[in-house]
Amino acid sequence: MSRQANRGTESKKMSSELFTLTYGALVTQLCKDYENDEDVNKQLDKILFSHFLPRGYNIGVRLIEDFLARSNVGRCHDFRETADVIAKVAFKMYLGITPSITNWSPAGDEFSLILENNPLVDFVELPDNHSSLIYSNLLCGVLRGALEMVQMAVEAKFVQDTLKGDGVTEIRMRFIRRIEDNLPAGEE
Amino acid sequence: MADAALFEFLHTEMVAELWAHHSDPGPGVSAGPRGESGGATTGQKMSLCVLEGMGFRVGQALGERLPQETLAFREELDVLKFLCKDLWVAVFQKQMDSLRTNHQGTYVLQDNSFPLLIRMASGLQYLEEAPKFLTFTCGLLRGTLSTLGIKSLVTASVASLPTCKFQVVIQKT
Repeated sequence: MSRQANRGTESKKMSSELFTLTYGALVTQLCKDYENDEDVNKQLDKILFSHFLPRGYNIGVRLIEDFLARSNVGRCHDFRETADVIAKVAFKMYLGITPSITNWSPAGDEFSLILENNPLVDFVELPDNHSSLIYSNLLCGVLRGALEMVQMAVEAKFVQDTLKGDGVTEIRMRFIRRIEDNLPAGEE
Repeated sequence: MADAALFEFLHTEMVAELWAHHSDPGPGVSAGPRGESGGATTGQKMSLCVLEGMGFRVGQALGERLPQETLAFREELDVLKFLCKDLWVAVFQKQMDSLRTNHQGTYVLQDNSFPLLIRMASGLQYLEEAPKFLTFTCGLLRGTLSTLGIKSLVTASVASLPTCKFQVVIQKT
């Protein structure tokens, strides 16, 4: 898929593509490292998974500070507020898209983020033998790391991906528990 | 449209891979049995060479997205100026601070507050680690130059954070 660079915004375009290109180069490199080893191909998803989740987590841990400093959002009182902030503020700020929030569980502890397009895969075509879900797994790590820093233990996973041929990209978020601050006795 | 912070954070993680402990620290993909399971990473370590190569690919891709008019540079110096202004602004939201040349194919590009170093330290602390944070960008410059039809060697040096210099030596074939 080729893109015509708009003269006036070419600089901005390059800037926005830098992240997706770099991420793509990273995945390509990882795939290359293993492409000659038949046994490993089966484990590739697991290897990529083990690579990206903790790295994504590290990014999330730092990203949340950047986000809080720039966005001026206050503390979220419940998971619904959190969902709103993630979709309407965070995704907009970092990826320029606003996913929709759907499929709330009756208990209010799970929801889905629906992305019309997966921003990480703008220029990507995966070879047949690599699972596309794992490609975007960095995002799940980022979400988990960021929310842990604001005292929320969550699980994030891709349940649909346009790269895999699904109609939309869907991230399922599940609230596990609140993480209590470990303050020494007598301090609050 | 991805925010600049995302690239910075991802870059930090990629550089961190250089220090990552691998259970099988072989030089490349090994044909032997994999004893590890569940989360252990095996195979080729991230290396400076690999990091530079990734920067190169990204630089090439960025170069390919430029409109045709931009590519009609009359002189080599114009290309370097383009790197210092347009490319640097697109990637780092600022221009290169100085460009010097000996007019014989060697250029020194100096950035007095390189964004990938700025969060680290100021002065001489972490001087030894600093070059690792420049490798990807060296590749990026080399890659963009390559798309613009110029073969080069790009190296970087740091005397004092966050100032760094990129040395571009044009290769005449």
